[in-house]
Amino acid sequence: MDLSFSQEDIAFRDEVRSYLAENLPKRISDAVRTGAEQTKEMAEEWHAILNRKGWLATTWGVEFGGPGWTPVQKHIFEEECCRAYAPRIVPFGLNMLGPVLQAFGTKEQQDYYLPRILDGTDWWCQGYSEPGAGSDLASLKTRAVRDGDDYVINGQKTWTTLGQHANKIFCLCRTDPAAKQQEGISFILVDLDTPGIEMRPIRLIEGGHEVNEVFFTDVRVPVANLVGEENKGWTIAKFLLTHERTGIAGVGFSMQSLEEVKALARKIRRNGRPLIEDPLFAARIARAEIDLEAMKITNLRMLFKAQQQGAPGPETSILKIKGTVIHQELKDLARRALGPVAAPFPGSMTDGNIMFGPEGTANNAARYFNNRKTSIFGGSNEIQRNILTKTMLEL
Amino acid sequence: MDFNLTEDRRMLQDSLNRYLGDKYPVDHRNKVAYALPCHDPAKWTEMAELGALFALAPEDAGGFGGTGFDIMVVFEALGRALNPEPLLGAAMASRLMTKLGADQEALLSGATKYAVAVGEVEAPYDLDAITCTATAKGDGHVLSGRKSAVYGGQVADVILVAAMLDGTPALFEVQASDAQIAGYPMMDGGGAAEVLLDDTPAKLLLADAADALTDALNAGIVALCAEAVGAMDVTHATTLDYLRTRKQFGVPIGKFQVLQHRAVDMLTEIEQSRSITIKAAAELDGPDASRFVSMAKNLIGRAARLVAEEAIQMHGGIAMTWEYPVSHYAKRLVMLDAQLGDTDYHLSRVMAGLKAA
Repeated sequence: MDLSFSQEDIAFRDEVRSYLAENLPKRISDAVRTGAEQTKEMAEEWHAILNRKGWLATTWGVEFGGPGWTPVQKHIFEEECCRAYAPRIVPFGLNMLGPVLQAFGTKEQQDYYLPRILDGTDWWCQGYSEPGAGSDLASLKTRAVRDGDDYVINGQKTWTTLGQHANKIFCLCRTDPAAKQQEGISFILVDLDTPGIEMRPIRLIEGGHEVNEVFFTDVRVPVANLVGEENKGWTIAKFLLTHERTGIAGVGFSMQSLEEVKALARKIRRNGRPLIEDPLFAARIARAEIDLEAMKITNLRMLFKAQQQGAPGPETSILKIKGTVIHQELKDLARRALGPVAAPFPGSMTDGNIMFGPEGTANNAARYFNNRKTSIFGGSNEIQRNILTKTMLEL
Repeated sequence: MDFNLTEDRRMLQDSLNRYLGDKYPVDHRNKVAYALPCHDPAKWTEMAELGALFALAPEDAGGFGGTGFDIMVVFEALGRALNPEPLLGAAMASRLMTKLGADQEALLSGATKYAVAVGEVEAPYDLDAITCTATAKGDGHVLSGRKSAVYGGQVADVILVAAMLDGTPALFEVQASDAQIAGYPMMDGGGAAEVLLDDTPAKLLLADAADALTDALNAGIVALCAEAVGAMDVTHATTLDYLRTRKQFGVPIGKFQVLQHRAVDMLTEIEQSRSITIKAAAELDGPDASRFVSMAKNLIGRAARLVAEEAIQMHGGIAMTWEYPVSHYAKRLVMLDAQLGDTDYHLSRVMAGLKAA
């Protein structure tokens, strides 16, 4: 047993670290660090920088332009990106559709779409959830009816993250309403400029615009936009849910949050001493730190297993459950540390000279509320428990 | 990075698991564990022959292990079988003797049983608050005071005692026959003793022993954490078996989602416990050992209690019976929190590190 990285991995980490130090624009990392709004332009700029280095599509096969990293190297890269406050890679094209096209797409689809994902021509969003199909995704109702060389799509998708920036959407649509739930679904690529599509913003709990609902009314899409076989879209949906699970624990983000909370608790004073010396608050930090320390090893153990077996196993659902709970706890601590100073509505105090909390903390309450999403999306933590029940506990 | 056990450690683990499963099953364990001397001399010797003790010391001290991972492998196997033999004292004593360069052949062969006495009634965990005092007398020293909850003390031949010498914790060797020893079986099985010292002759082993004692306590904590992981694994597996077979309302109760999700939460906490134990074992010989063992003992304390209480609750009445093994596993899982520092004690040590950083 040996917990340390190999010489090669350490050399790789140093290479990534110095690359980030030299190439990540401070303007962008500052925005990430202070929780300021990350614009579309920032994401595109950062994607382009990584693409020039060949480090953008970390989950892609080498033949498609991926860097050919091991799971450990991917992990190191993600951890270093967090450490440097790099923006998250927008995953929909790069980490979701890219691998899907590589596994299920035709040569024509791969040749057309993959380069456009890499160079930023296309910004993809995801059309999975519907108002009536959340955790029970297979009950989705959006219909795609074959009409000549087209599908005609009618229905509604929701929780479409960053759809406002996108020009394309990949959708799960029902193509055979007579088949059993999972068997009549197809995976279809849709151009958002197609007539009949309307995207409306959903304002989230903290006030931000991150997700959207998308309405489809008689939207005509060429049959050539079908990925994989008709009525076999559920296979692709499952592939996406189990594929690419490194990083699902969000250890890097939690490490970031832990450091923020500690720094905050050292800066903020309560009753004549730094908050970090308050035993009740310090106990909360210490417990979260202990859970995170264990999570780091759990993450590495599963990474090691994935590397040995060639694919991550169902036990990675543990990472999702515990990883999100730890991260949410840390976000809660960042909000609590500020006390009443966390109260002003984000943006409401920036006009004047009155700044309450330490720099970059004005939206800690907003970030806490926004992060309640992590235990809901990507298969809610309850769905993860169902998966573990079946696969690990065999109940 | 490699999370596989070495071939040697895997073989040791396999042979210990097999031996304890065959020769020290829970019914025999229960006969031994709850009545003095809480010790089966023949089985002890056989366990030593399998290498359970030699694995605790490094090669240059006469063993074939001695790292945190070796301790982890041995105690995980002990935990799986809920074994009550006094190996905790042996593990801690071996760490001390390795530091001292002392001959530990008799310890490793199992011929001489050792216990380590640090805690006291009013200072169960803290080296700094020891009141047991050493005084020079003739060529040697005498000790006075009371050592509390000395694990394995009820059968020890030799007790390594922490006592204050000129204001510093020092380490002494006391022959058990020279001290007044009140042994008792514990609630969760296995034995301990109150060791009463009253001008008891003692041999000074190390005058400034704070670091060596801290290291021995850290090794003991890794041992306890691994023991808990082994016991939690078995408790969880037994609970799952029960969920699959016990029927109520016409179905196996494992079909009820409320129980499924709780069983998953047990699994999650057990995996986290395994992870933090691996981390503590890996760091045992490093500069931050105390920090990581405290993290481990805190998390284990929380997880072990959860697993114990959930196992009982999900079983229902059957787990409240003496006859059903889960009751004994649950007692061990709950009570080991109070050995070598409980969740609160270790949390406060991690908190102290926050301030210092």
